[in-house]
Amino acid sequence: MAYLDHAATTPMFPEAVAAMSELLALPGNPSSLHASGRLSRRHVEEARETVARVLGARAGEVVFTAGGTEADNIGLKGLAWAERERDSKKRRVVVSAIEHHAILDPAEWLRDDDEFELTLVAVDEYGRVTPEALRAALGEDPSDVAVVSIMLANNEVGTVNDIVALSAVTREHGIRFHTDAVQAPAWLNVRHDELGVCAMTVSGHKVGGPHGVGALVISRDCVVTPLVHGGGQERDVRSGTLDTPAIVAFAKALEVVEARRESEVARVSALRDQLVQRVQEIAPDAVYNGHADERLANNAHFTFPGCLGDSLLMLLDAQGVECSVGSACSAGVPQPSHVLLAMGASANDARSTLRFTLGYSSTQDDVDALIAALPSALERARRAGMPKS
Amino acid sequence: MKVLAALSGGVDSAVAAARAAEAGHDVTAVHLALSRNPQSHRTGARGCCTIEDSNDAFRAADMIGAPFYVWDLSAEFQEKVIEDFISEYSHGRTPNPCLRCNESIKFEAVLERAMALGFDAVVTGHYAQIVHGPHGAELHRAVDPDKDQSYVLGVMTAEQISHSMFPLGDSTKTQVRAEAEARGILVAQKPDSHDICFIPDGDTAGWLARQIETEPGDVIDAETGNKVGTHKGAQAFTVGQRRGLALGNPTGDGERRYVVDVDVKQNIVMIGPPTLLDINVIEAVNPRWGGPLPVNGQDIEVQVRAHGESLPATVEVTADGVTIRLKEFLRGVAAGQAAVMYEGTRVIGSATISRSRRES
Repeated sequence: MAYLDHAATTPMFPEAVAAMSELLALPGNPSSLHASGRLSRRHVEEARETVARVLGARAGEVVFTAGGTEADNIGLKGLAWAERERDSKKRRVVVSAIEHHAILDPAEWLRDDDEFELTLVAVDEYGRVTPEALRAALGEDPSDVAVVSIMLANNEVGTVNDIVALSAVTREHGIRFHTDAVQAPAWLNVRHDELGVCAMTVSGHKVGGPHGVGALVISRDCVVTPLVHGGGQERDVRSGTLDTPAIVAFAKALEVVEARRESEVARVSALRDQLVQRVQEIAPDAVYNGHADERLANNAHFTFPGCLGDSLLMLLDAQGVECSVGSACSAGVPQPSHVLLAMGASANDARSTLRFTLGYSSTQDDVDALIAALPSALERARRAGMPKS
Repeated sequence: MKVLAALSGGVDSAVAAARAAEAGHDVTAVHLALSRNPQSHRTGARGCCTIEDSNDAFRAADMIGAPFYVWDLSAEFQEKVIEDFISEYSHGRTPNPCLRCNESIKFEAVLERAMALGFDAVVTGHYAQIVHGPHGAELHRAVDPDKDQSYVLGVMTAEQISHSMFPLGDSTKTQVRAEAEARGILVAQKPDSHDICFIPDGDTAGWLARQIETEPGDVIDAETGNKVGTHKGAQAFTVGQRRGLALGNPTGDGERRYVVDVDVKQNIVMIGPPTLLDINVIEAVNPRWGGPLPVNGQDIEVQVRAHGESLPATVEVTADGVTIRLKEFLRGVAAGQAAVMYEGTRVIGSATISRSRRES
């Protein structure tokens, strides 16, 4: 089997599995006041310090959540609500057109059900948000903008945005900035204190940690309104018993990433470049989407004209090659990619995509398996053609 | 063989796929997403293609050990089945959307895509049999007469039949449910789906009224030519219909009145006694043949409703379709329905009824 879908989820590092396993059978709720509780709390706080160090934040700025989607929701809705509370004029949210659904859908909810206005920031043909595009979206009077959210690295095409330049634009107007950095930490040295953002989302299972855990790194001076009410365990921003084993394993994974990132970026990007070249030799009409350089080291994203992405995925899957069409599914049906559409692709091209994403466990064999399986898959998918849209 | 099993999330298609796998075929499962806005849950036995159905199909595929995918055919279904349904009614005909779905979706769009992708056949949970006879693969009635679906499959061409598998044709529904239980398929007791899947509340007239602009018109007594009432729009009426006329007791003789003709152009619904519904000649167009064409004057049996009986007749192939002469009178034949022709249990072909008449 060749697993080429590390952007969806990447296997846990053995170190993270060991750290997690060790704690699973231990008693102790980190909120309890006895010795077991204190020990569990100690594990959480040490993990928080590790996460903070790796991500360039203070420990008190790390709020653990049940994953990236929850952190994105707090980052967007929590900031929007708190800003509106502070200044009733602030009723607009601004997000890029290529955000993950964990940002796009809450943004649309704020518009449709909570009386906010929503402005989408356009992207260029590579999927990048430029400072000019952000300025255009903010408009002449940005004083009504409660929050801006622009992702650090896109999950479909892997394009990396210059968050430092973008957050500088909002700082001119004192606007809160959130970035979804879920795809980034394995490949980029992501530091909250250097990005100039208020809040930043990260996720456990994208960096070799477990599923169901993530964090929102929130600057101390940024107030967010909680989404979930209860015990107020995490700075009163997030309630719910802390998942000590998952949090510890998440921190361990970030440590592994920090230690291995430089060599893995070099190794994996070379493997990726080889994959791209060999795919283009097999399919000269394939379009390599995203930016040549300003992209994640592990991402290769193509449009195969005249082939439905679904068909290719199924045919490759049957040969043990696992990849993704890249876009979100609705009830199991891949939808035309909103990212590709925002980059200017036609509706048909937005359904003809495949995303191959490598990880720390990827090898030459994985690329060879894809290259061996691709010609027959392409031939059959071309024969099946495109359905009605 | 490498086969593609269409799993609806119900018990029949799950058992059909399991049988295909057990017979040694390499099974890949697909669930067809036919609705653009699927509901979360099914209500009772109506509706289809909910997210719950898709999940049930996924779990059935798991049990069988087949890889599972969802194919989005909602655009094709909208155009070829739903819009056709509306168009047929607006022209005063009574379509059969299940038949249209088999014709345009399951054994055309899906089968063609499956063949292109390298599959040898499509497997479904329909109750019908494929028999390999002297002319190749033939479509036959199912063993269970209560479940027989050969009528809605009559539109299949010989080529389509030769690339299809119906593993349930030799079984009764009771046997299939028992087998599902024995195999541990979780949907063994899921109710059968009925009616029209895209009209989940079952109110076809109400649904059509929202799709087709209608105007009130006259109800005319076919025998006297007198106006005996009004209707809300001729499109919603079907020849042979008795309910929904709201005429009270127009003749005073207490005899029931039926719709005997619908004229959409003039927006008139003709009613009359049931004897006016008795016809013995059917003309039908757009024939599709499941094998060799019949010889003119050949004795056949014909079925004009999904759950109707089949009647002895003769058939003549004409320039634009077929003329079927029944050996006895048949009551209430609606244009738009299919006339499916049989030789014994074998389906000869199917054609769409354009008109019917009484010949002495």
